[in-house]
Amino acid sequence: MESISFNEEGSLMKLEFDVLKEDFSRAGEASSKIKKVLMQLGIDSKIIRRIAIATYEAEINVAIHSEGGKIFVLVKDNKIEVLIEDVGPGIEDVEQAMKEGYTTATQIARDMGFGAGMGLPNMKRCSDEFFIESKVEEYTKVKLVMNL
Amino acid sequence: MVVKQIVELVEGKVLIGASNLDFRVKAAFGSDLMSDVLAFAETEAVLLTGLINNQVIRTAEMLDLKAIVFVRGKVPGNDVIELAKENDIVLISTEMTMYKTSGVLYSHGLKGISEE
Repeated sequence: MESISFNEEGSLMKLEFDVLKEDFSRAGEASSKIKKVLMQLGIDSKIIRRIAIATYEAEINVAIHSEGGKIFVLVKDNKIEVLIEDVGPGIEDVEQAMKEGYTTATQIARDMGFGAGMGLPNMKRCSDEFFIESKVEEYTKVKLVMNL
Repeated sequence: MVVKQIVELVEGKVLIGASNLDFRVKAAFGSDLMSDVLAFAETEAVLLTGLINNQVIRTAEMLDLKAIVFVRGKVPGNDVIELAKENDIVLISTEMTMYKTSGVLYSHGLKGISEE
């Protein structure tokens, strides 16, 4: 299987953010910054909304489930690509994880109001192209493409 | 419905954003599950919730929700209020339960999402 990657060629701007494990006081900061940058670029507000929802869900997933990770955003002429990669336990059954309502969220996460099991389905719904790849006990990578 | 009217109907206390309550919301959405809010809530809705952590503000920010009503007498901490202030989100607190808050607003014409 081809590994998820970024092709930076043709990109007008690249953003990069760290996401820390279980740091819920800061989780969401990356998504917030991404949203503000895209607003400054004058991107259509409906597209920004979809990107905001998807990156926020991804950011929260990294904080809840992994040992930490990164979010990369590539702004291109005709599309925006978001790559979220983390180091951690990975996902054993991706198909199951994609089902609405299915969650492996920790108690800490549930106490914060997460764990509804809508994260991955929300991300897929918000993007024009959705790729996910995971290796148990190693990593998870998600790539989202939104056409402009 | 104008946000000022929401405050009156729920006998609410404005925690931040009192200087501009004259804008309208088109619908309301009540939930304590943030991923459900992200899946279903639409712009120009008011969020009703009993969760008072900072992720509620982040969720609202991602969806461009401009007002949040905290039910069951909940009041968030100062850091949460500050985050709302930075993002121009009005925060209201009411003693009413989620059910009563929903009922009061609905009976006065504030519909649920995708109902208009």
